[in-house]
Amino acid sequence: MDSIAALIVDDSSVMRKIVERSLRQAGLELSQVFEAGNGAEALSVLMENRVGLILCDINMPIMDGLEFIKALGGVEKAKGVPVVMITTEGSEAHVVQALNAGARGYIRKPFTPDQVKESIMPLLAVKA
Amino acid sequence: MNTTAAAAAKTDQAWGPMLEVASREVFELMLGCKLTVPDSMIAETPEITAMVGLAGQMCGVLSIRCSNQSAALMASKMLGIEPDKVGPDVTDAFGEVSNMIAGNFKNKISGLGDGCMLSVPTVVTGSDYCLHSLSNSPAVEVSLLFESMPLVVSLQVHS
Repeated sequence: MDSIAALIVDDSSVMRKIVERSLRQAGLELSQVFEAGNGAEALSVLMENRVGLILCDINMPIMDGLEFIKALGGVEKAKGVPVVMITTEGSEAHVVQALNAGARGYIRKPFTPDQVKESIMPLLAVKA
Repeated sequence: MNTTAAAAAKTDQAWGPMLEVASREVFELMLGCKLTVPDSMIAETPEITAMVGLAGQMCGVLSIRCSNQSAALMASKMLGIEPDKVGPDVTDAFGEVSNMIAGNFKNKISGLGDGCMLSVPTVVTGSDYCLHSLSNSPAVEVSLLFESMPLVVSLQVHS
């Protein structure tokens, strides 16, 4: 699998680092990692950069994860990019809401690198 | 025992073990270490406290508290760096731990997940403070040991 650029969106910088490490532990080769602290920051990143994968929290200030996914439809550079939610909000309603909004996967915190791998690799394989 | 006391005792019996399991899972999966139960009452000297509010079908506050040394060690395990290198990430990491415990706890209560929202975490540093929750029931507290250091997980619910 080719290396890809990833965008990690979470209001916790510690969690962003943990997610990046989990991606690497899952065997993903990352050419570049962009970080954003909320949905609005993430949209700004995507105006300037192309990524192959987006991992996004739900509960964030300014623009939350669900609003962000809905806004992604208007970003040309993000068309077709798989979005996986990584969040403590594990209820059925939240999962359905995220998937309806356009998310392709859902990982509940706390998580293991194996769970990250299981959720992400199929999406990237299909894309390739 | 009056009705209120009986209800509180029942709550404590049900939620205490759930809080413990929720905490254990977070530490095992995200920090790679096991929490243990102290053999006897431990003297805690909390220097940092993280709180997450719950609103909806369950209203209240879940908090965790421990020493600065303990919080720094948690951050170092989450980040994979030495404790003396974590710096300001300690509060961020500690808040995330409380957030994950709260989320994991509510996801274990059948039917509650959809009807209970979590606030973003708040972290208080220092020990000279009192937490006054608008709770009408006593706190459910679970005392644990993280790397032999005391960690208290507390839940105050307004029913």
